[in-house]
Amino acid sequence: MSRTFLVLPTLVRRERASLAATLLAPPIALIVTVILNLGLYVVMGRDPAAVVYAMLIEPFVSWASFSEVLLKTGPLLLIAQGLAIGFRAKMFNIGAEGQFVLGALFASAIPIWWPAATGQWIWPAMLLLGTIGGAFWASLTAFWRVRLNANEILVSLMLSFVAVQLLNYLLLGPWKDPNGFNFPQSVMFQYDAMVPILIEGTRVNVSLILALLLSIAAWVFMQKSFIGYKLQVGGLAPRAASYAGFTESRAIWLSLLIGGAAAGLAGAAEVAGPLGQLQRSISTGYGYAAIIVAYLGGLHPIGIIISAIVMAALYIGGDNAMVSANLPVAAVRVFQGSLLLGYLVAIAFSRYRLAWRPAATRSAT
Amino acid sequence: MNAIEFILAGMLAAATPFLLAALGELVAERAGVLNLGVEGLMAFGAVIAFIIVYHGGGHFLAFIAGGLGAALLSLIFAVIVLGFNANQVATGLAIGILGQGLSALFGKSYESLTVRALPKIAIPGLSEIPVIGGLFVQDIVVWLSLAATIAIWAMFAYSKVGLIIRAVGENPKAAHAIGYPVIAIRFAAVAFGGMLAGFAGAYAATIYTPLWADGMIAGRGWIAIALVVFGTWLTGRIFLGACLFGAVSLMGLAAQATGLDVPSQLLACLPYLVTIIVLGIISADRRLLKLNGIASLGEPFER
Repeated sequence: MSRTFLVLPTLVRRERASLAATLLAPPIALIVTVILNLGLYVVMGRDPAAVVYAMLIEPFVSWASFSEVLLKTGPLLLIAQGLAIGFRAKMFNIGAEGQFVLGALFASAIPIWWPAATGQWIWPAMLLLGTIGGAFWASLTAFWRVRLNANEILVSLMLSFVAVQLLNYLLLGPWKDPNGFNFPQSVMFQYDAMVPILIEGTRVNVSLILALLLSIAAWVFMQKSFIGYKLQVGGLAPRAASYAGFTESRAIWLSLLIGGAAAGLAGAAEVAGPLGQLQRSISTGYGYAAIIVAYLGGLHPIGIIISAIVMAALYIGGDNAMVSANLPVAAVRVFQGSLLLGYLVAIAFSRYRLAWRPAATRSAT
Repeated sequence: MNAIEFILAGMLAAATPFLLAALGELVAERAGVLNLGVEGLMAFGAVIAFIIVYHGGGHFLAFIAGGLGAALLSLIFAVIVLGFNANQVATGLAIGILGQGLSALFGKSYESLTVRALPKIAIPGLSEIPVIGGLFVQDIVVWLSLAATIAIWAMFAYSKVGLIIRAVGENPKAAHAIGYPVIAIRFAAVAFGGMLAGFAGAYAATIYTPLWADGMIAGRGWIAIALVVFGTWLTGRIFLGACLFGAVSLMGLAAQATGLDVPSQLLACLPYLVTIIVLGIISADRRLLKLNGIASLGEPFER
């Protein structure tokens, strides 16, 4: 204990959180992650220059690929905004993947049951139904948490596994396209079941506008509304919130229903948008990636818009790298995981600063 | 062989991945650290072990390497949550995603390949008992896992090491005040938990279903974390819970063998549905969770 000659860096809590460190954390994490992952690709024998170009530059150089980035931004942004509200209230809904799938299932019911229906009401009804579906799936977690005190992390995640099996069941059974050569997918949806395209010549559709509107709503809700304020207080100091008359159970219901509804809407927009049918491949991990998007955006509605674009570009870049640099798709998951880890380290410096002092004085404080 | 014999014979082997991962998580949680990365740690251990067995390295080396690999990955988790006081939930999720990504990356060229599992050892005499005889025909790892269960139970019940780990989890400030290195003990507990998760993955990929497929851990790591809650942080109950899940995961196969007309997707859901239901039943008794729960679980320790 008395080895005073040993000088170690220690983290010392700052008087107040550093704004500079908070803003710098995401870009620093991104740079460090890029360097680490490039190292990994070099070890795997890939040409780093080709990977950098395919992953980081190509998504932004042509309008065709950047529009695909925007297309992927929609669902990530929607889900992440919903999740972030819960995360700030310390409600860890990590089952957005299942809520996304349920949203897609609910929305698909309309074109699958009424394939010949026409009218401009169809796609809005699908989006609404999908939102309800996602909220319904999340409500199971909320019920289990509020009434039975069960951990929401585990329940929401288990429900995601169940949701994927439900999807498989429907696509291999009652909802399978009878003329689909036995592929596990539904019929192609009719024209009126498709959300309108936003930018001519691309697949970017109205759901991107919805995601941006929801971002503004999330900002108003969290920063300006009394309920949002109470949710945040509940997350920071549960006891203070309960003294203020805000019950924990209401916070749980609210966080989960918002998160589930947003994820469900994203799922509905996916089947009514780029896919145009219900497929097994709708669950591509958006629900998990959105967790990273939410954290990387500092759980702040504005930050999340930026981080959603970054994550979407990473998906498109990963696809590019798969084709041009022969990189497995799994590399994207590795990148996502290490990006979140890098961010969690970087953000520590908003609350702490490094101090160099002899080891012995540490135990004296 | 009827369904009951079938389930009894296979239950312990099916339970082993759950059991090993849950025991590892138990040790980490007893020290006050919630590691949600188990799923990824298992996948990482699984792929390393599979590659080694596939290239003829043998199961012993495979388990050692898989365990060490997962322990190393869990040390990254430990550095971030213990060194930088990061949110344990978020860090655990990130390690989970990273572990699954790395396993898919390394396992890419081994997709759907198979290896030879370990032979089963029958205990003479006991294995000839009708109906329950199948319980006594198991591979060596099952027996070692049972031994590990007893060892960990004894450690927490009787040894000083167990007492220190519990003190660090219950009241780190007090443990620090009487001179125990809280952070170092938590590091060790997390690394041990990671190693067991690696063993669990190695068992799943090289013995239980000796093949590699991306996503083959299929939520077992998450169920293992739930098992720790089911078992209210008690070793014996965690063992019983693991057996329950072993049996549940076989029920699907048993039901199909008897020709029951149940959609296979419903049977595949069974472990997750049972987890949700049991979690609800156990958690509803708040007194029980409070009694054995760990006071400082998930809280960073600051001097």
